[in-house]
Amino acid sequence: MIQRLTRRQSLTVGAATLGAATLGATTLPLAGARAADDDVPTADVKPPAFKIESGAKLRVLRPAKFVDPDEVFFRANTKKFTDATGVDVRLDFVSWEDLRPQTAVAANTGAGPDIIVGFSADPQIYASKLVSMNDLAGYLGAKYGGWFQLAELYGTKWGTKDWLSIPMGGSTGPTVYRMSWLKQAGYDKVPDDLNEFLVMAQKLKQIGHPVGFALGHAVGDANGFADWLLWTHGASLTDAQGKVSLDSKETIAALNYAKDFYPHMISGTLSWNDSGNNKAFAAGDISLTFNGVSIYYVCKNSSDPALKAIAADTNHQLVPRGVSKQNPSSALVVNAMLFQHSKYPNAAKEYLRFMMEKEQYGPWLANCLGYWSNPLKAYSKMGFWDADPKLKPYASGMDTPYYDSYKGPISAASSAVAANYTLVDMFASVATGNATPEAAVKLAARQAARYLKG
Amino acid sequence: MDATVATSVRFVPREPDGWFTRLFDNKAFLTALCMLPTAGLLLVFLTYPLGLGLWLSLTDTTIGQPGNFIGLDNFVSLAQDPVFWMSVTNTIMYTVVATVGKFLLGLWLAMLLNNHIPFKAFIRAIVLLPWIVPTVLSAIAWWWIYDPQFSIISYLLVDVLHLRTTYIDFLGTPWNARGSLVVANIWRGIPFVAITLLAGLQTISPSLYEAAMLDGASSWQRFHRITVPLLMPILSVALTLSVLFTFSDFQLVYAITRGGPFNTTQLMATLAFQRAIPGSQLGEGAAIAVSMIPFLVAATLLCFFGVGRRKWQQGSDND
Repeated sequence: MIQRLTRRQSLTVGAATLGAATLGATTLPLAGARAADDDVPTADVKPPAFKIESGAKLRVLRPAKFVDPDEVFFRANTKKFTDATGVDVRLDFVSWEDLRPQTAVAANTGAGPDIIVGFSADPQIYASKLVSMNDLAGYLGAKYGGWFQLAELYGTKWGTKDWLSIPMGGSTGPTVYRMSWLKQAGYDKVPDDLNEFLVMAQKLKQIGHPVGFALGHAVGDANGFADWLLWTHGASLTDAQGKVSLDSKETIAALNYAKDFYPHMISGTLSWNDSGNNKAFAAGDISLTFNGVSIYYVCKNSSDPALKAIAADTNHQLVPRGVSKQNPSSALVVNAMLFQHSKYPNAAKEYLRFMMEKEQYGPWLANCLGYWSNPLKAYSKMGFWDADPKLKPYASGMDTPYYDSYKGPISAASSAVAANYTLVDMFASVATGNATPEAAVKLAARQAARYLKG
Repeated sequence: MDATVATSVRFVPREPDGWFTRLFDNKAFLTALCMLPTAGLLLVFLTYPLGLGLWLSLTDTTIGQPGNFIGLDNFVSLAQDPVFWMSVTNTIMYTVVATVGKFLLGLWLAMLLNNHIPFKAFIRAIVLLPWIVPTVLSAIAWWWIYDPQFSIISYLLVDVLHLRTTYIDFLGTPWNARGSLVVANIWRGIPFVAITLLAGLQTISPSLYEAAMLDGASSWQRFHRITVPLLMPILSVALTLSVLFTFSDFQLVYAITRGGPFNTTQLMATLAFQRAIPGSQLGEGAAIAVSMIPFLVAATLLCFFGVGRRKWQQGSDND
């Protein structure tokens, strides 16, 4: 058995994850630092001719990094572009909270960055202010084996095939578990069947290694867990027309499941924020959770032997499916938007094409070690996914039909429901016995209908 | 020799002042002119944001979309929202309990510090620390203290002293979470109250206490009859400020619970932010913020005119 961390060691890991949606930054590992682009299968497709305007210069805004290689390689690729084309690019990284207000200001005033790498639903909100990406998205899709479903959902205007943006990556949260403890409980892998999953949680708790999922106001992890509970029971927040469809027998079943499941979790998850499960996992307090690659990344790249040992015992798997036919998990997608106010749209498109080509995108993706899941299918074939098979589930993170406010149209309202923890609070209140499933679902449906159609 | 010098003085009527000179000799104009920079600053940095907030609360503006005027719809919709009402109750409860705690402990601390103790100046400076440290830093420290798995308090109780077998779930149940946040707020607010009241205590003449002691007054009587009434003016100011700070508290709650579990620690300020910025509903968020104004005005008036009234202090109708 692996040595338990001291309280102080786990505080260090927690501190590394503090404040971030999920991640803590460590030193740059450069594990897959080789060019890593020769293993991407491509089709022979002629790139669209974007004639760069003379005197072009660009401003690009994107979310701040949580792992160092994300910024290092993004900057290096941008510099390569400037060296190759002479187009000066000013690249700014802003904190995740600040990005949306800044995007809104740029969109409304018609000034500011040419390209903003925003979040999932943003292109739908600013659709009328964006330059069409049909040519570039068509080219990239044709060359790199097509786009994963989630990339298409978030990249195109809802209900059409018109590309509004170029999805660059998704941050997803598959199952992260300790192999030795699962084996001790009698499991080689995490069962897909929900009842078996419940029994497994029960057994893990009995051997002193409970599972843990955030049920507090953790915008990423808790919403991810709540969505998973809904989707694995065939329930959804809205119907295809966008009308709130929460009040259903499937949701009641999901709530009852959460109620049965909650006693087998570690206590205290109601107060977890996005770093709660990271800290508990790194301290050896929990055996299984859903998370981005951050836990593994931090442990693997740590110089602390105890954390390295945890990394060696950690594995990932796509989340249990329940009744869902596809991976019942979504991703936070980063989506590059080119605004119509840009004076150099061709230079901007050429920049995005350059950044998405395997010579640049490959090393960036490989060095983020699964922090970003790729939107283009061919990148799942890259060698680094197999070099460390534990990362493999992240390679198909965007191969899913599920998104915030599934299955209605993607809109600004989708993020409002998540930001208000409507689903999280519904599950938390029932799981802890503070509300009946029937009362909680009615309250949540009313809350959701404040933003979505009632 | 005639020693006198002819000193014929000739009266030359002064030329009438130009309009410019007259204008600058005008007291009213000068007053207005001198106040202009201040008025401009207030207008730009106070009136405009307040006015914009009020306007936004009457629109359905979201981040990214300019809104339309919708009258009082936001307020009507909030009136039917149980989460909003929970945040109102929480805010009032939080303010009342934390303020009472801060004043009781603050007064006690002020009286202790008012005695002659070694290293007086140093200790008084140290006491101010919780107030000086940026709130978000102390909030993160409290968040660690209350962590369900890594709490130092639980660690001491369970692993060191063996007084309990399980870790305390400080933030995982509604009443634990509310209590924990109030404690953190009291901790942060005590120095302000203590130092303010200490300043008040030092203005009370020691001869009053001596006279009372000669008359045989007990320590409770000296406190009740001398200290409290003479502290009242500064108490009312400190109370007003403290209530305002506590009522509009955001950072502690946002950093520690974000309003969870299931909104049971949601304050009006945190709910306003949650709806407006992460939730993109600027109009609704502004409406929640605007709803705080009547409460704040009422609390201020109550503190100022209530506690500040001499009738209360002296038991007579000497207003």
